[in-house]
Amino acid sequence: MTVITVNGTEQKLQVDPSTPLLWVLREQLALTGTKFGCGMAQCGACTVHVDGTAMRSCVTPLSAVSGQKITTIEGLAPNNNELHPLQQAWIEEQVPQCGYCQSGQLMSAAALLATNPSPSDADINIAMAGNICRCGMYSRIRRAIKSVAGVQQFDPAVTELAREINNG
Amino acid sequence: MGKWTRRAVISAGVVAGGGLIVGVAIRPGNRAAKLSKYVAGDGETLLHTWVKLDSDNVVTAIIPHAEMGQGVGTALAQMLADELDADWDLVKFEEAPALGEFANYPMAQAMLLAGADIPDFVLPTVEGALIRTAHVLDLQITGGSLSVRTTGAYGMRIAGAAVKEMLKIAAAEAWQVPVNQVIAENSQLIHKASGRVEPYCAFAESASQMTPPVSPTLKSVDEFKIMGRHVERHDLPSKVDGTAIFALDVRLPDMLYATVMRAPTFGGGIDSVDEVRTRAINGVVDVVQLPSAEVSSMLGKFTYAESVAVVAKGYWAAKQGMDALNIQWRSTENDGVSSDAIFKQFDRDISAGVDRESDIAQGDLVASMENAAQVIHADYRVPFLAHTCMEPLNATAMVNDGHCEVWVGCQSPLSFRQAIANALGFDIENVTVHNCFMGGGFGRKSRPDYAIQAAQLAVSLGRPVQLLWTREEDVRQDFYRPAIQSRFRAALDDSGDLIAWENTYVDKHEPDEAALIPYSVDVQDIGHVRSPTHIPFGAWRSVAHSHHGFFTESFIDEVAVAAGQDPFDYRVARLQHLPRQLAVLTKAAKEAQWHIPLAPGRGRGISLQSSFGSIVAEVVEVTVKDGNLSVDRVVAVIDAGYAVSPDGMKAQIESGIIYGLSAALFGEISIKDGAVVESNFHDYQSVRMSDAPAIETHIINSGADWGGAGEPGTPPIASALTNAIFNATGNRIRQLPIKNVDLQAARESTATMG
Repeated sequence: MTVITVNGTEQKLQVDPSTPLLWVLREQLALTGTKFGCGMAQCGACTVHVDGTAMRSCVTPLSAVSGQKITTIEGLAPNNNELHPLQQAWIEEQVPQCGYCQSGQLMSAAALLATNPSPSDADINIAMAGNICRCGMYSRIRRAIKSVAGVQQFDPAVTELAREINNG
Repeated sequence: MGKWTRRAVISAGVVAGGGLIVGVAIRPGNRAAKLSKYVAGDGETLLHTWVKLDSDNVVTAIIPHAEMGQGVGTALAQMLADELDADWDLVKFEEAPALGEFANYPMAQAMLLAGADIPDFVLPTVEGALIRTAHVLDLQITGGSLSVRTTGAYGMRIAGAAVKEMLKIAAAEAWQVPVNQVIAENSQLIHKASGRVEPYCAFAESASQMTPPVSPTLKSVDEFKIMGRHVERHDLPSKVDGTAIFALDVRLPDMLYATVMRAPTFGGGIDSVDEVRTRAINGVVDVVQLPSAEVSSMLGKFTYAESVAVVAKGYWAAKQGMDALNIQWRSTENDGVSSDAIFKQFDRDISAGVDRESDIAQGDLVASMENAAQVIHADYRVPFLAHTCMEPLNATAMVNDGHCEVWVGCQSPLSFRQAIANALGFDIENVTVHNCFMGGGFGRKSRPDYAIQAAQLAVSLGRPVQLLWTREEDVRQDFYRPAIQSRFRAALDDSGDLIAWENTYVDKHEPDEAALIPYSVDVQDIGHVRSPTHIPFGAWRSVAHSHHGFFTESFIDEVAVAAGQDPFDYRVARLQHLPRQLAVLTKAAKEAQWHIPLAPGRGRGISLQSSFGSIVAEVVEVTVKDGNLSVDRVVAVIDAGYAVSPDGMKAQIESGIIYGLSAALFGEISIKDGAVVESNFHDYQSVRMSDAPAIETHIINSGADWGGAGEPGTPPIASALTNAIFNATGNRIRQLPIKNVDLQAARESTATMG
């Protein structure tokens, strides 16, 4: 038996411990907000927090997280009546299209802001590098992260352009 | 995605429409009474096929389209609610059930009647025939960037306006006042003289007894209150907290999990399967060979090859079981085919020109080429592409007492229902399709193969089964954007004017006009030859525009360079007869500050493509440093006539750009031994956060006919990008993807002089 804590609730699981955490969440615990996209840690749709760190649950065996605290998209909001600031920003910026990758995007972004409240563009690029959005909503994701971080938004291409114009 | 071609629908329509003019008028009356049982819940009254009203005065728009990310429900509900003068806070929408009764006749109408001037008295007859036609054609599809410009323009607006007229008549009768004194506003009916104000729902019941007017008065643009306004999408809250239900999230009691595999070489089958190791795996329940299935559609017949499925108590066991199978595939005549061989075949067939058919042929090409001061020529190529929707293909099926229920995300629920019924040998009435949110579609989810497999498994196992393809199967058993080669020749006179344009490409696909150019050139010969391959064809976001937008807008750039002229100015000089295109291109250049020079190592490229009723221009800015490419910025301008949902349109353009950018930079499905080499996101890459440019989208509301938004952002991006790389480096890229190009290599010549 493997014991893990998921979104604050202790779960005792009689599952082959080599099973990736993703399938335990989706099938044993019916937490279907965490998605399957590739099965090889390439797309990030399955991202969850393990003791606060963003991990790809599709390649993380249950045995590797025994005794640890897991947070999924269902547990990201502080309570049932309130969204996480990033979830709110995702709606304000109208980020999702199909929405399938967004649980993973939000979990990666939340892990980033938890350790780095004012990320630079480069920090965002690194933290979000593992999350693919086939609808291509990257600029909205970036804007939404920055709106929560409260960092002044700038666009390197536009800054560069302005410099060139100023320099004639 | 636009595989329901106007031409095809018209030819089908002739059959049903033979009786249109001489036949018996089929007055549809109010179909709501018949349809009510399918969609109206407690306290809800269906007033029209697409409109219901509940006792809390909430209007629900019934949307005959599927949600795959494009926000279709929001835009169509805006169109309906505006004509209805509804309070937007009291408007909801839901997807129409996958039933023939909800076949999308406004879409058929738009395709058949666009531009036709039908007298009012004939309209009820036409409507009746269209309903029957749409029903026969299983027309409930999402694709071709059609939803707003067909269902919205011909269905939702008219439904909203019709229901408003019915409600006003009902109120006038109840209040015993002239109907022209009744005002509809914010979901309320008002009679100013008597001070009466009542909500719409007070008259729902009496209005539902009326026959909806077929040509109610529609608003003019300056009367729009909800169309053109920024509204938040209704589906997003569920997409940020994990509660949105995709087909893969369906959970049924006693459900088993499965995965499948087909012969890697297309058209191949199973010779033998050694199941011993698989059956020894804990949790594996069964190994099932699924028969091939033949699907008929307007596109012709297609046979899905047989497959092997492993069914288990959980997906992980099924996957391990699949990995443990030892399958011998039957050899096929295509086992030796490679990408190289395919492109050699294209080259041979273009050169031979056998049975070449013209898209357009005007003027004396031979004389123009002979008299030219300069002739340039070039060959372009693009590879096969997979769709890689974020949500891998999956479907969940259950069979009870001879009735099959399937939960799936698909772009064509009615044709899926028919295909499942045919494959199982069930009557159509015994198949129910529940369409869920799609985690991307892009054209792939118009093919029912995965839903048929799930249904076959549910029958075989006698238990509910959730079938999930591995990403590897998803990449290797797709229906692909075809590989294409396109050959160009252009003649210039001594002033650099373009006097003749010749183009021959392989493989003609929809839309018909994709290879045509907007520029005024007197002598043109654009045509195609057949050069079939065994790789299955699929509609891929923007279909034939996805490659022709790259070919034609790159070669016109080469022509401008050969003429020694600025590529933007050169286009402008040849667009004087097309004011909308000219305005779009000019605005893109202005917003991108086209004429302000960039630093060395940086470049700009421009591209213009009209597709799916909309005109889009894009300007890309790049930096190329030490052979590394950075796509810094994209400025896009779209004229789709009128933007119903401006932020939704911008999101679609952003999405189309990134989708096309992934293909331009990385997208390549290569063929070896008759099969696909790539398998997952590590070798079939997508644009990621760090690759993504800043995108600015500008909308021109020209007031022209409605155009689409889902696809038109994709066609210009590849050529705008490669034109920018040429501008930065002098390196002309004629074969995608760009990842295969050494950007540090010595610059090539521009187009070969001939």
